[in-house]
Amino acid sequence: MNGGKEIGRNAAAFPSPLPRGEGARGADEGQRRLRPLILFLLLLFSFPVLAQQLPALTGRVVDNADLIDPAAEAALTQKLAAFEQKSSDQIVVATVPDLGGEAIEPYANRLFRHWGLGQAGEDNGVLLLVARDDRRMRIEVGYGLEGTLTDLHSKLIIENTMTPAFRAGDFAGGISAAVDDIVTVLEGNGEELEARERRNRQNQSVEDWIETTILIVWISLFAGAFLFAILTPIFGRRLGPSRYRWLGVTIDYGSAGGSDRSSRGGWSSGGSGWSSGGGGFSGGGGSSGGGGASGSW
Amino acid sequence: MRARTVSSPSPRRLLGLLAVALMLPLMAACGFNTIPTNEERAKAAWSEVLNQYQRRADLIPNLVETVKGYAAHEREVLEAVVEARAKATQTQISPELLQDEAAFRAFQENQAQLTGALSRLLAVVENYPDLKANQNFLALQAQLEGTENRIAVARRDYIEAVRVYNTSLRTLPSMIWARIWFTDNEPFQNFTVAEDKIEVPQVNFGND
Repeated sequence: MNGGKEIGRNAAAFPSPLPRGEGARGADEGQRRLRPLILFLLLLFSFPVLAQQLPALTGRVVDNADLIDPAAEAALTQKLAAFEQKSSDQIVVATVPDLGGEAIEPYANRLFRHWGLGQAGEDNGVLLLVARDDRRMRIEVGYGLEGTLTDLHSKLIIENTMTPAFRAGDFAGGISAAVDDIVTVLEGNGEELEARERRNRQNQSVEDWIETTILIVWISLFAGAFLFAILTPIFGRRLGPSRYRWLGVTIDYGSAGGSDRSSRGGWSSGGSGWSSGGGGFSGGGGSSGGGGASGSW
Repeated sequence: MRARTVSSPSPRRLLGLLAVALMLPLMAACGFNTIPTNEERAKAAWSEVLNQYQRRADLIPNLVETVKGYAAHEREVLEAVVEARAKATQTQISPELLQDEAAFRAFQENQAQLTGALSRLLAVVENYPDLKANQNFLALQAQLEGTENRIAVARRDYIEAVRVYNTSLRTLPSMIWARIWFTDNEPFQNFTVAEDKIEVPQVNFGND
């Protein structure tokens, strides 16, 4: 399944980290001996690249076969997002141009697991896959939903909703109606749905707490250091020109000895690297055991 | 206060230390825990396979009854299915016997025979359009297809888990522990397609 090819990063782009303070000739020879070691370490820890035939999860509707027009895609995405909010179930629609010679069942299962649809442990994901050139579709259901969205349900949705629409060429309509059917079935078991949502909602709030705490600690450390530097001349005891002592710390602000004039402006306006998971869509880490049904048109 | 000079280690030594520090987790992980972990995972995967086979076996009585309602005189095919099912459900393999080749082969044989009997039954059903249109039969057929797919997925997961386990018994870091401590652990059996079952289609032009 995995291609397992190891690709090392380009060692030529790796800048030399060594200081040039030890005497030029000795340092050069040392570098020459070190380069193989550096290269070896890089190769050792480079990540294997999978034989990628699987599309990336770019959103709730991954329309690589261009079967759905943008307006319908936006409406569909909204519908799916609202349903996930309501129930924590992740339904994803994917269209691919072709399956690369593979049967749709193993392909759908592989894709489902690769994207990790559904919440981890709950496994409440659904993948609606349409292969345009192979003229096949499949609804792949995660372990956790197999009891509600049974194989029979999937088969009926495919046969009665999707196949007639696809035969008439109305892909967007067929897919949208199928999603409505799936939502109806899942909502039909109302208590289960609410229970799932409750279970997974609690996890979310714990994660938010942790995230908030870390953010607060980080900001206070940063701001604290900055404030300290500012307040020392005000509250500290002056020891000399540009030297102050406060709370046991002696700070020397001066340009003596060519020291860091840049240090004041050196701190970046951090906090940008924090994606709180609300912007992009990603799978929750669930898996599927092959439940669902396939069909063709 | 006098400033002390701290000599920083040479870059070579630094890099050497870094290499050792990075490799330490690798050396600690490929240790004692690998073999039991992989073994338990393989056993769990096997339980899932058994689960799906059992699920298929549970669908069959209902299927036989439905078909009997429309095609009662197809007795041989129906009886073949019932017999194959009985035989398949008798020979269960608990995870403990996964190392026994003969028992595993027998299990695989029986399940394959059940698969064969089922496909013959479904081929016969093609001749009965009323049966094919029956709602109950459609439901059963959908469930059967789903179960066959689940069996395939479970088998694939098992094959992968067994591959990892057997490999850990034979590759270097964990192999040492296998020789010293886990001497009872044999490699697990894996699914095969028996040579004589691979049927090459015989082309017969009738020129005898």
